Amino acid sequence: MNKTIELKVLSKKDFETDQDVRWCPGCGDYAVLSQVQKLLPTLGIPRENFAFISGIGCSSRFPYYMETYGLHSIHGRAPAIATGLKLSRPELSVWVATGDGDALAIGGNHFIHAMRRNIGLKIVLLNNRIYGLTKGQFSPTSIIGQKTKSTPYGNVDRPFSPTALALGAGATFVARALDTDLPTLGNVLKRAAEHRGTAFVEVCQNCNVFNDGAYATLTDKATRDDTRVILEHGKPIIFGKNRDKGVRLNGLKPEVVTIGENGITEADLLVHDETVPGSILGVLLSQFEGPALPVPFGIFRAVEEPVYEDLYAEQAASVRSQKGQGNLEALLNGGNTWEIA
Amino acid sequence: MNTMGKLSAAAVVGQQTDEPDSIVIRFVGDSGDGMQLTGSEFSKIMGRAGFDFATHPDYPPEISAPAGTLYGVSGFQIKLAAEGALTSGDKPDMLVVMNPAALKTNLPDAKVGATLIINSGTFTQSNLDKAGYAGNPLEDGSLDGYRAFPVDMTGLTAASLADSGLSKKEVGRCKNYFALGIMLSLFDQEPEVEIEDIKRKFAKKDPKIAEANITALRAGFGYAEATELFVPPSQSLRPQSAPGKYRSLSGNQATALGFVTASEKSGVPLFLGSYPITPATDILHELAALKHFNITTFQAEDEIGGICSAIGAAYGGVLGLTTTSGPGMALKTEAMGLAVMLELPLVIVNVQRGGPSTGLPTKVEQSDLLQAVYGRNGECPVPVIAARSPADCFECAFEAFRLATKYMTPVILLTDGGIANAAEPWRIPDVSSLPEMKVTFRTDPEGFMPYARDENLARPWVRPGTPGLEHRVGGLEKDFSSGNISQVPANHQHMVETRAAKVAGIAKDIPPTQIDGPSEGDLLIVSWGGTFGSVTKARDAAEKFGKSVAHVHLRHLNPLPPDLGDILKRYKTVLVPELNLGQLSRLLRDAYLCDVVSLSKVQGKPFMVAEILHRILELA
Ligand SMILES: Cc1ncc(C[n+]2csc(CCOP(=O)(O)OP(=O)(O)O)c2C)c(N)n1
Ligand code: SF4
Ligand SMILES: [Mg+2]
Repeated sequence: MNKTIELKVLSKKDFETDQDVRWCPGCGDYAVLSQVQKLLPTLGIPRENFAFISGIGCSSRFPYYMETYGLHSIHGRAPAIATGLKLSRPELSVWVATGDGDALAIGGNHFIHAMRRNIGLKIVLLNNRIYGLTKGQFSPTSIIGQKTKSTPYGNVDRPFSPTALALGAGATFVARALDTDLPTLGNVLKRAAEHRGTAFVEVCQNCNVFNDGAYATLTDKATRDDTRVILEHGKPIIFGKNRDKGVRLNGLKPEVVTIGENGITEADLLVHDETVPGSILGVLLSQFEGPALPVPFGIFRAVEEPVYEDLYAEQAASVRSQKGQGNLEALLNGGNTWEIA
Repeated sequence: MNTMGKLSAAAVVGQQTDEPDSIVIRFVGDSGDGMQLTGSEFSKIMGRAGFDFATHPDYPPEISAPAGTLYGVSGFQIKLAAEGALTSGDKPDMLVVMNPAALKTNLPDAKVGATLIINSGTFTQSNLDKAGYAGNPLEDGSLDGYRAFPVDMTGLTAASLADSGLSKKEVGRCKNYFALGIMLSLFDQEPEVEIEDIKRKFAKKDPKIAEANITALRAGFGYAEATELFVPPSQSLRPQSAPGKYRSLSGNQATALGFVTASEKSGVPLFLGSYPITPATDILHELAALKHFNITTFQAEDEIGGICSAIGAAYGGVLGLTTTSGPGMALKTEAMGLAVMLELPLVIVNVQRGGPSTGLPTKVEQSDLLQAVYGRNGECPVPVIAARSPADCFECAFEAFRLATKYMTPVILLTDGGIANAAEPWRIPDVSSLPEMKVTFRTDPEGFMPYARDENLARPWVRPGTPGLEHRVGGLEKDFSSGNISQVPANHQHMVETRAAKVAGIAKDIPPTQIDGPSEGDLLIVSWGGTFGSVTKARDAAEKFGKSVAHVHLRHLNPLPPDLGDILKRYKTVLVPELNLGQLSRLLRDAYLCDVVSLSKVQGKPFMVAEILHRILELA
């Protein structure tokens, strides 16, 4: 047998399955699938070491289209299943594909606890602000007033931000991208893949069937430069068609200012820092909403903190070094024993 | 009331017990009085002396209910037997009573003429009031007909510890060791073994407390010897355990050890995903301490996370395990269905307790059988087995993983709060004599199809990370051959029938059913789970009444043993005693179109032998 292991050079094609992709034509999910398929062969990880776990929803069909190990599970539970897999097989690269209903409504508990533990999962949430698969009910990210099939008179159920939630739960890597902004999407997915610990990526995804245009002001060429800002580590928050607008902090209150007006210079602006201890800056940024403030995309937070599966393995190793590898005979004969002659 | 003096052996046992070679003792007191500890220490010592025993802890759900109240009473019952204890006994021959509330709640259970060893030091007005006594039962003649021995354990313990430098509260906590000292003297056991145990248990934590407990133990022992208050209970009660090495084991401990054994014997690591719930949590505790084995324990955010993490682990190629009790079982339902669809090996333990809802969390019931067999959406067959005794939990845990890996299926193991917490002496098996468990993983990409089946209809188990076998599984119906998702009507019918046939096929793996008693005749008792001991004792007792009765005890509940239908036909009447409203009865009627007589009890307590015997005598 040939002992040299040939690392096959993989390409995007190697990660495509023979299954027909069953998303609606025009759905934002396609872009994410394609970016992930493009990214994986660049990571230097053998294909058989990837596992994609999902719950239920349009977004959760994801694993069927990835030529990797994959498990399409039940609604909301993918992070829990992925946790069991990662903890027992830490050498695998474990990804979770989920939706806003899947991760934040029915699966909210597993979602926040994955972040809290900082277990090595890559969680990609396709946020279309609607329940797609069940044909159009509001979700925990649907905006107030949104008309859906279950809110025919408009939604009065206040939404929250997945990014803010992840940060609040202690996530060590948090990013957001738009399905149509491929450079940012590609970049945050790459950084997520490289992160150790839980990496969370919110993708603002258009459901052109049940919530078309949910992100229109952020994606339209005409408006997007004024409504969104791409976060860059160590750089001031600057946006606008002419890159003349910025955000500065007035006490704890962020406000938009124009560079060059009223003596404002770049030095007055809020500077992004992915590594700020605690999640205060990330949370602040995650609350930026239009039209008063530009909506940020890119990496909100990326810090290194102890990783759950590492801590677990270290503890087990130290117990093993104290007690020696477990011995069944000794275990069964442990405790208070007595002999009857 | 009896005056203090020597008891005759026969007065304590013999004529008072249905089983002349055994004695039933119940320790009762406040939740804070340490009755569970006293009872289990006493059992261990008697086990070492060669007695067989069976215990039944009975404690309130509150962690520490207000002192002296009726609902704060905690009890620990133990039956000592020359051999074959099997149950913790019906009615106590002897009560060790630490306060008025405990006397009030337990006296009605005791046999007429029972021996009562009572801590008279707690019979103060305020404690009598809390227990709802109008007068003092130690003085008003209400204990006439019992052999009551009031001993001021509180006062005598305090006196023995006058110079210990401990606070009053700390001194008060030592009186259970005084009581234990009395019991050791009464049952002819030297205190030295226990003293070694106390040293081991407390010496590191607090040597002063260790010393005080030892002093109290010696004081109690000395008091009983000096006053010649009691004599050994029975000359006829001689230990007859088979030779070998023993340890005391509770059902939950045995379950945990069975799982470790499955992992060691298969060479496959074990993963437990669990969420704390009474009375199942001890399995998590036991396994969490075994990090030096190939065991991972994960305390999840809820029961759904518990089972789902175990499913993820099973997908990763390790033995997936989740442990819970009734309410947690309800939460795991949907994920069990997923495991059935994924056809992955997974074991789900339900340590049953009184339901529905929160029900009776610390009490015993067998009312989750139908839930285990049927409680899922869709046609969703899951094999179900049940353990009969604490030691049997060891074998059942092993059997559960043997079936799960051989047939690639989730398996439910039912135990209950009775056997989970009860302890019995366990003859430690020789590791090399234990069966092996063969597990293979598919590694060959040639012709691989994720849902291709072997002769047992089991699909291959593949570890992610295996090159060339990348594939997708999920909860959606899949094509019989390729495993790709499929909505084709005929394919679904075929898959549903195949999954059912796979589980039904486990029947061929069930050994021939053992019948105790005649192989045909008037009456057959069919039982399952933790009622084994009571039924066995009842059948023995019936024989003494000249009634020839057969008994079959089931371990496998889904599928049922293949020979059971024929066996049922050979008897005129079939009696099914259960701690529920007749769940196995329904399964038997359904499976065999035969009638059975159901004897049901749902009081959070095990069957008394007499209750079953009574029904046998009515029927036979
Ligand atoms: C236990 C359970 N409850 C409800 C459903 C129905 N259901 C399927 S997907 C879904 C919502 C999906 O929304 P989202 O997670 O946002 O995914 P999307 O389809 O929008 O990508 C619901 C309610 C289910 N499959 N399982
Ligand atoms: S319903 Fe919406 S989210 Fe689902 S596939 Fe169609 S476009 Fe995409
Ligand atoms: Mg959605």
